[in-house]
Amino acid sequence: MDMRVTPRQKMKLVMVGNGMAGVRALEELLKLAPDLYDITVLGAEPHPNYNRILLSPVLAGEQTLDEIVLNDWAWYQDNGITLHAGFKVTQVDRVHRTVNATNAQGETVQAGYDRLILATGSDPFMLPLPGKDLPGVLAYRDIADTQAMIDAAAQYPHAVVIGGGLLGLEAANGLMKRGMQVTVVHVGEWLMERQLDKVAGQMLQASLEARGMQFRMGAQTSALLAGDSGRVAKVEFRDGSPVSADLVVMAVGIRPNTQLAESMGLHVNRGIVVTDTLQTVTDARIWAVGECAAHRGIAYGLVAPLFEQGKVLANHLAEFGIARYLGSQTSTKLKVTGIDLFSAGEFMGGDGTDEIVMSDPAGGVYKRLVLKDDKLVGACLYGDTVDGSWYFKLLREGRSVADIRDKLMFGESNIGDVGHQGQSKAAAMADSDEVCGCNGVTKGTICKTIKDKGLFTLDEVRKHTKASASCGSCTGLVEQILMFTAGGDYSATPKMKPVCACTPHGHQAVRDAIKEHKLLTTGSVFRFLEWRTPNGCASCRPAINYYLISTWPKEAQDDPQSRFINERSHANIQKDGTYSVIPRMWGGETTADELRRIADVVDKYQIPTVKVTGGQRIDLLGVKKEDLVGVWKDIGMPCGHAYAKALRTVKTCVGSEWCRMGTQDSTQMGKDLEKAMWRMYAPHKVKFAVSGCPRNCAEAGIKDVGVIGVDSGWEMYIGGNGGIKTEVAEFFVKLKTAEEVLEHTGAFMQLYREEGWYLERTVHYLHRVGMEHIKKKVLEDEANRKALWGRLQHALDGEPDPWFEFDKAHVDTRQFEPVTTA
Amino acid sequence: MSNWKQICRVEDIPVLGARRVARDQGLDVAVFRNDADEVFALLDRCPHKGGPLSQGIVFGQQVACPLHNWTVGLCDGMAQAPDEGCTPRFAVKVAAGVVHLDADELAGHATELTRPIAGPASRKTACS
Repeated sequence: MDMRVTPRQKMKLVMVGNGMAGVRALEELLKLAPDLYDITVLGAEPHPNYNRILLSPVLAGEQTLDEIVLNDWAWYQDNGITLHAGFKVTQVDRVHRTVNATNAQGETVQAGYDRLILATGSDPFMLPLPGKDLPGVLAYRDIADTQAMIDAAAQYPHAVVIGGGLLGLEAANGLMKRGMQVTVVHVGEWLMERQLDKVAGQMLQASLEARGMQFRMGAQTSALLAGDSGRVAKVEFRDGSPVSADLVVMAVGIRPNTQLAESMGLHVNRGIVVTDTLQTVTDARIWAVGECAAHRGIAYGLVAPLFEQGKVLANHLAEFGIARYLGSQTSTKLKVTGIDLFSAGEFMGGDGTDEIVMSDPAGGVYKRLVLKDDKLVGACLYGDTVDGSWYFKLLREGRSVADIRDKLMFGESNIGDVGHQGQSKAAAMADSDEVCGCNGVTKGTICKTIKDKGLFTLDEVRKHTKASASCGSCTGLVEQILMFTAGGDYSATPKMKPVCACTPHGHQAVRDAIKEHKLLTTGSVFRFLEWRTPNGCASCRPAINYYLISTWPKEAQDDPQSRFINERSHANIQKDGTYSVIPRMWGGETTADELRRIADVVDKYQIPTVKVTGGQRIDLLGVKKEDLVGVWKDIGMPCGHAYAKALRTVKTCVGSEWCRMGTQDSTQMGKDLEKAMWRMYAPHKVKFAVSGCPRNCAEAGIKDVGVIGVDSGWEMYIGGNGGIKTEVAEFFVKLKTAEEVLEHTGAFMQLYREEGWYLERTVHYLHRVGMEHIKKKVLEDEANRKALWGRLQHALDGEPDPWFEFDKAHVDTRQFEPVTTA
Repeated sequence: MSNWKQICRVEDIPVLGARRVARDQGLDVAVFRNDADEVFALLDRCPHKGGPLSQGIVFGQQVACPLHNWTVGLCDGMAQAPDEGCTPRFAVKVAAGVVHLDADELAGHATELTRPIAGPASRKTACS
């Protein structure tokens, strides 16, 4: 008997439409399930998939058609996709599951499907005017339109663009650049009224007029009249004199192309109605994606949301069955070289909103920020848009901006949240300037990669260039570059950022689920939240492990295999695979005995480097993994946790014990804090410092908790950071006694442990939840403070020292010995 | 013809973890075990900057390098796109719960590859 398993017959997947959204969905699908389908694509245009957004630069002569192709012919071939380019689908038979199409030469093809994607995009809306079918009257939608406009510009002098929206102005600008005299006819009071408020719209108009563009505002077109040649020659209005026109471009809007869907009997309502999985509500074999689809009543017209849809669709076609599309926030940026405008969200304001406006019409700068409940809900920028990406990020994250409200208008650079070397404005950088200092990536490389690979998201840029993929401090710059290079269509990360690619859930949702449903193991979290991967990845496992042990101390069991190597081997891995060992020196004090033991260990294990750290401790570098256990034992000092997301050092100055300036015993305070809170795991590393007087020799202003002694007691500061980006700690409270300092520090730490997201430093946690929240929980509510401090003490009670209590600390000692095969 | 050599029992490797197998010549071989009890063997060296893959986090059929988080496939040793690179594979056989590697490969496969040098030694190299 033949027992060979025959490969399952591949399913047939047919896609109607060959545009950006649909092809992106196929790309995502091929990544997930390369062999599941035989794929056939039918596209009405005789081109492979190109970047429709870049038609405007092509029209303006800034790019060529070849440059905007996203997937060339070879891509289809390499991926085994049958492409019928130039074939318009005429009929779909849902009973027999066949698609019929015809090309311009009258040739026909038929394709059968098991599953069908409708990605028919949208059609330009043509005003039902007399003369709309005359030669020389065009829409602005595809390569053919663009080419016709380029050809007309070469022959004729006068153009009229009907519609002063995004597309119309880009068309007008392109035609003007090609030498035509252009009049824009707009029915509204100001330009781009769906994206701009009145002031910005009028500034835009003034700027375009200065370039030679003419406008007929509030004008209603009544007819298009032909000249002697039969070609359009004039545009007539309800009132006012007519305008000469050898070319009329209608750019009054697009509508979802649903003709085919309607003929198939699919439910259509402002688009092909789809669910959160992009499946049509009528036929389970049929999905719709892109501009033709109506999701929760909205048909999106920008590329970013459509790519998000593509991802979700691919997930379902790959039979993973878990992704959902929940709608998108969109932003707009006009692609007219030399004119900077940006808008996003509810930029017009409304009930319950506040506005911050900066208006300098003479200087050509106007900014309007709309806030609601201390959150940014809308932005409209003209003239200076470098902070557009930052505002858009604040808007999507929905984080409280109360703490930066007074500086919000002045942009990201003003609050210091930018890259290295004081660079804050990507636009001002030269191509050769380095953007990412960790990975040595220049602006030019990023721009080129974005264009060449057709990148639209920060994650994609990170993957392909490594820019901002390491320390992340240049993220703001990279986002700016992305926005400028890909235009307003760059895809912002969704409002809620998933933990990683294994799940659609964000950190908060995971924390909440663990708490509410008392999940105690990584496995139960994966099952409960329907993780996409069987055992997560190197991003989510450490996060979940931390959430489990911080939420359920003494109940959830620590899983060393879900920790990074440093926390598994309790030492810090170095570039050659050896480790560094930093023993704990309480408050930075040591003794002759300890120093002698350290010296002996250095000799015995031939440790190549001994270094004094910035945290007042001693670092032994280059210890072989096999020697770690012996080194710990011989030094005989507690673990310094210098490798862990945990309390690291407590830096102190000498204080009143010796110092002639000292007002408080800072060394003792530091030791007390360290002894109370060492072994404390946290979302990220935690550093304290205690100074004995306001001269602050322990540099308490850049620590997670900084305590400064003054004559009458102690000042406590929180959220400082001396690392990637220096952040000065904010004043938290003034206290009288050392006991109060312990209690307040412990309570703040426990709040951070319970609410912080993994890898979120205190400063970022503080920015996210706001100082008010922390004050409310720790300062104003005494009972809650005591409860927090109590929970921390309970969690730390009996916690093992991982250098000595291997069993209790779940240290797998097998790791220290290689397997020998002698 | 494979010349199988017993290495250890499958249980000797932590689930979603790895062990290092020392060799007379060349870097260690990392043997990995995933949660489906599949066992894989790669040279213990990331194609990126030579990090010891045995110390990484194992998930699915992949390992994340402990140095810079490159993801390397356990089956083929290939770095996940868009990263590029490949680490040498070693043949593995599991029979009756015992992990075997090929003795000839242990003795001679990819013995020329080294780890980056760190510390004072690296300064000397830089100056010479």
